Amino acid sequence: MAHDAALDAGHALHPETTTGIDNRKLAIWTFIGSECMFFASLIATYLVYKGKSLSGPTPAEMLQIPLVTFGTALLLFSSLFVVLALNGAQRGNRRQLIIWLGMTLVCGAFFVGMQVYEFQHFVHEGLTLKTNLFGASFYLLTGFHGTHVTIGVLWLATVFVTALRGKLPPERAMNLEIAALYWHFVDVVWIVIFPVVYLMKD
Amino acid sequence: MPFETPTLRRLARVGGLACLLALVVALAGCSPDQYPQSALHPRGDFARMVDGLFHQVLFWATVVFVLVEGALIYVIFRYRGKPDDPEPEQTHGNTTLEIVWTMVPAIILAMIAVPTVKAIFVENSVPTNNPLTVQVIGHQWWWEFRYPEYGITTANELHIPVGRTVSLRMGTSDVVHSFWTPQLAGKRDVFPNRETRLWFTAEAPGYYRGQCAEFCGIQHAKMAFHIVADSPEQFDAYVKSMQATGTLTATGAPRPAPAPAGTPVKLQGGAVVKTGLGGPTPTPAGPAPQAAPAAPADTTKPAAPTDPVLVAGNKLFLSKGCVGCHALTAVNVPAGMVGPNLAHIGTRRHIAAGMIENTDANLAHWIRVPQEVKKGVLMPNLGLTEQEAQQLVAYFRALAKQ
Amino acid sequence: MATTAVGHAPTGYAPHGHAPKTGLWSWITTVDHKRIGILYGATAFLFFLIGGLEALLVRIQLMRPDNTFLSPETYNQMFTMHGTTMIFLAVMPLSATFFNFFIPILIGARDVAFPRLNAFSYWVFLLGGLFLMASIPLGLMPDQGWFGYANLTSNQYSPGLNVEFWNLGLQILGISSLAAAVNFFTTVINMRAPGMKMLRMPIFVWMSFITQVLLLLSFPVITVALIMLMFDRLFGTHFFVPASGGDPLMWQHLFWIFGHPEVYILILPSFGIISEILPVFSRKPLFGYAAMVFSGIFIAFLGFGVWSHHMFATGMGPIADTFFALGTMLIAIPTGVKIFNWIGTMAGGSLQFKTPLYFAIGFVAMFIIGGLSGVMHAVAPHDLQQTDTYFVVAHFHYVLFGGSIFALTAGAYYWWPKMFGRMLDEGLGKVHFWLMLVSFNLTFFPMHLVGLLGMPRRTYTYPAGLGFEIYNQMETIGALLLGLSQLIFLYNMIKTWRKPADAPADPWNGATLEWAIPSPPQEWNFNEIPVVHSRDPLWEAKRERGGPLPEPAKVSGAGIHLPNPSFWPLMAAIGVTAIFTALLLIEKFHAVGIIVAVAFFLFSVFKWAFEPAG
Repeated sequence: MAHDAALDAGHALHPETTTGIDNRKLAIWTFIGSECMFFASLIATYLVYKGKSLSGPTPAEMLQIPLVTFGTALLLFSSLFVVLALNGAQRGNRRQLIIWLGMTLVCGAFFVGMQVYEFQHFVHEGLTLKTNLFGASFYLLTGFHGTHVTIGVLWLATVFVTALRGKLPPERAMNLEIAALYWHFVDVVWIVIFPVVYLMKD
Repeated sequence: MPFETPTLRRLARVGGLACLLALVVALAGCSPDQYPQSALHPRGDFARMVDGLFHQVLFWATVVFVLVEGALIYVIFRYRGKPDDPEPEQTHGNTTLEIVWTMVPAIILAMIAVPTVKAIFVENSVPTNNPLTVQVIGHQWWWEFRYPEYGITTANELHIPVGRTVSLRMGTSDVVHSFWTPQLAGKRDVFPNRETRLWFTAEAPGYYRGQCAEFCGIQHAKMAFHIVADSPEQFDAYVKSMQATGTLTATGAPRPAPAPAGTPVKLQGGAVVKTGLGGPTPTPAGPAPQAAPAAPADTTKPAAPTDPVLVAGNKLFLSKGCVGCHALTAVNVPAGMVGPNLAHIGTRRHIAAGMIENTDANLAHWIRVPQEVKKGVLMPNLGLTEQEAQQLVAYFRALAKQ
Repeated sequence: MATTAVGHAPTGYAPHGHAPKTGLWSWITTVDHKRIGILYGATAFLFFLIGGLEALLVRIQLMRPDNTFLSPETYNQMFTMHGTTMIFLAVMPLSATFFNFFIPILIGARDVAFPRLNAFSYWVFLLGGLFLMASIPLGLMPDQGWFGYANLTSNQYSPGLNVEFWNLGLQILGISSLAAAVNFFTTVINMRAPGMKMLRMPIFVWMSFITQVLLLLSFPVITVALIMLMFDRLFGTHFFVPASGGDPLMWQHLFWIFGHPEVYILILPSFGIISEILPVFSRKPLFGYAAMVFSGIFIAFLGFGVWSHHMFATGMGPIADTFFALGTMLIAIPTGVKIFNWIGTMAGGSLQFKTPLYFAIGFVAMFIIGGLSGVMHAVAPHDLQQTDTYFVVAHFHYVLFGGSIFALTAGAYYWWPKMFGRMLDEGLGKVHFWLMLVSFNLTFFPMHLVGLLGMPRRTYTYPAGLGFEIYNQMETIGALLLGLSQLIFLYNMIKTWRKPADAPADPWNGATLEWAIPSPPQEWNFNEIPVVHSRDPLWEAKRERGGPLPEPAKVSGAGIHLPNPSFWPLMAAIGVTAIFTALLLIEKFHAVGIIVAVAFFLFSVFKWAFEPAG
């Protein structure tokens, strides 16, 4: 074998990635790994400062579980809905895609709305960022999660519009899949935050 | 294969490196007066313990250094090649060798680790041998020292008895600082809302310099202090004279500023008082009136000074606002005084937090234009004239003599 | 959002080849990893010179006791900016220069996984750097130390925008690093040429890959800490305000959970560079390849478990002290393995003494010293004497200058011909090396001694009579000479720039893929994607051919697909910077500024996402 043997022409282009996983999908997974550390730090901060506030109100006085449980359930269902939407996109079933993606968006939007309502209610009751360490760490943690949900809603809405315009054929389902991965992550983070903040409020 | 020149050079290099070790040892041998803040010249049990540890580590580091750098230099000279040399043997590794050079460092590290862990537990222990407890409070940019046992407070110059362990309980009134007297002990940070501890025993009488070691703002560089290790007799005399400042009525009432939240200043009430003076009353938490002086049974000092130096100085001290931040008495000083305690400032060897020698000229200059000497310090330039500053200096000197 | 560099669909071929791109616009819109690498290099070297200048001012101030060359404020600003500049704007992006230019080539790819994201990373880095530097003409340079310990950074003790420039600037730079880390992680996993198995990758790629993992996992932690500080300062929270129960120690933990991996982020790429250079100039494969890979992984793993060795003086108690002391000592073992393997690589070889080898050997020699003083820090009780003194300053300059900068310089001499098609001057290179080695040691070795003699760090002056004088004089003279050595390098670059291209494709008898393609490479790197059969593919090829390979011909690139240039990455980067500028000026523009900036950013991202990637 000569020089060419070591460096011979494999393919003119990379027809596939090395692992067979789409680059964007791998990148989202990588990004999610990084985001785990982000939320781990925020949750750790919340826990470290839990009960360290020098003045009230306390989590037990403020947090209301019923409404947030409902929001949590919607968020969880939205994860299922986006899976169904993706399934529709991959099979070329546009109706399935649009209905379930629309449902996902509704759930996500409701969750964001719930959080806005909750925040407003708390501010009205006298809990702001400045009130005490609970206020600061609560708003920081749930606020950053809410920001992530909002970005997810915007992203899914963009995909929704392309789907409505018929520009999401099965070969482009990856566009939805990566958004859905991010969406699942945002839901999973909430599954940690909900018990840590709300269920363990005492 | 003998390689004359490289071998010689290698020996020269290795020799040079060994010189470094020699240099450290030599430095340690120098007179401590030349290096009054040196960790290589321990004069306390804590510092001596960690210095011993350091010498063990330094020994191993030197051995490793000489061997590894020696091997590197040997290889450089031994395997120098020319462009047209034949291709050397293509080895990819050697499992035995690789295991050996993983294990040998592990063994050396284990030998360092054992004394390290032992020393960690000693260093973190709480002394039980009747230690002298001192509260240390860091301020931007000076140190407050309080002796609950004697009910006295001072600043920037901490007197301790030789041979008796000192147990420091430390905090800060503002930002994070670090208390460090290299000849006596390693450093320990001080935090708001969190008490840290340090102990050491001075082995010999001396004047040991220390310095804040955690960056704490514009004048971090000028946040030094001194520890004066006295003989037990001298120390008793020092305590007595400081307690005697409680009789001063010349100071006017120190106006305590509200203590910043979290300042861990709590004088322990009912502290044992060794002298014949009345015991200090526990400090009230709130604004305190002029330290209610314990009526001394054995002093005949007049309550109000008549000496003209004292009268003039006292007047300035009151009228120029000094009294707003500083106390001239060491007894029953309330928590949260803004400025350093000035009891016996006239006898201290350094001023401005251990930075300047306490000469008349320096002290007058410092009083007159503190912002020039130590820019950013809390004390403003008060607009004193040269003469007024000198009067205050004379006043402090006179008070110290009483 | 972004698509792969090398398209999947057989569209977008250039039937007549690609004309070389020239002009300013082609640089602004470039998505070519090699051009981005060069941009990183030029920018970072400029910042490196600025950081060096800051260091020289610091050294001049400390030359004499009670010196008044700098005011205390200026001194504090200088050492803060020196640390911040060197870490975030010099060493990290200098490493990124080589990531960008060489990771794709070394793994046999035509570009990174996301070329536009790569451009975005660079522009955010540039603008973040300029954001920090903008504090200089405004006289608002950060002055709280690169570590920004709470609660000195609170509004009460640090009023003014100085801390904001630092805090917001680091957040901008963090976005750049994270975007780049996602990109290179994906590139290394997914863009390798056929046959380029993970355990065939060059060690430089491996160490860079581990660095990306460290970036991904450590930067979010500092981001959270910076956000908390930002909320404290701008929005009135009390995360680090003791009066309201906040704990300044929390900052230290978050900072060092990031800060210690950051140390390896700074040094691992350098380990990689040295591991490429030593075999080539020893004409012998790397000794213990697998041990090199796994020791790198082990170092990175341990790097997340030793952060509190920066905090022994905080009084954590004996159990924590023991844990972190032993963990730190453990790191010496994989590090030692690396040093022995480098020496083992040279042993039995035929050492070709060219400038890159000089710097590589200088690296090994200096890193040994830095490693040994590192083990000394692990001895927690004595660390109480070392920490926050010049002993520590000596230690980390031995690993970051004696280590990283020596290695990056070695890399520059090694890869310059490939990047620019011109050989740097060997004679000047050797003068550069000897002056740098001697002046480096003159600058930093005395710091060990003066630290042990009790000189704390970060002090703008010291009184006479403590025995510090002579060492500080040596250090200052050394520092000035060290600055001179960098000017020689600069002169060498300029001189080389002005001469005609003279570098062959393979000037050093290299072992890896970059030497198989023209110097400088054409935009698509490889006319045909190589197939790799071994760890040293080029040596294998040359051995099979029985001699050097023919000089590769430049081709038109006909039929080779290239990603489209784009200026939306730059626009999005401006959007990011605008958001943080709006935060900086929040008192003035309130929420309006932020809303406008976010809108601009989102607009740019949408334009980017819907633009054909090519």
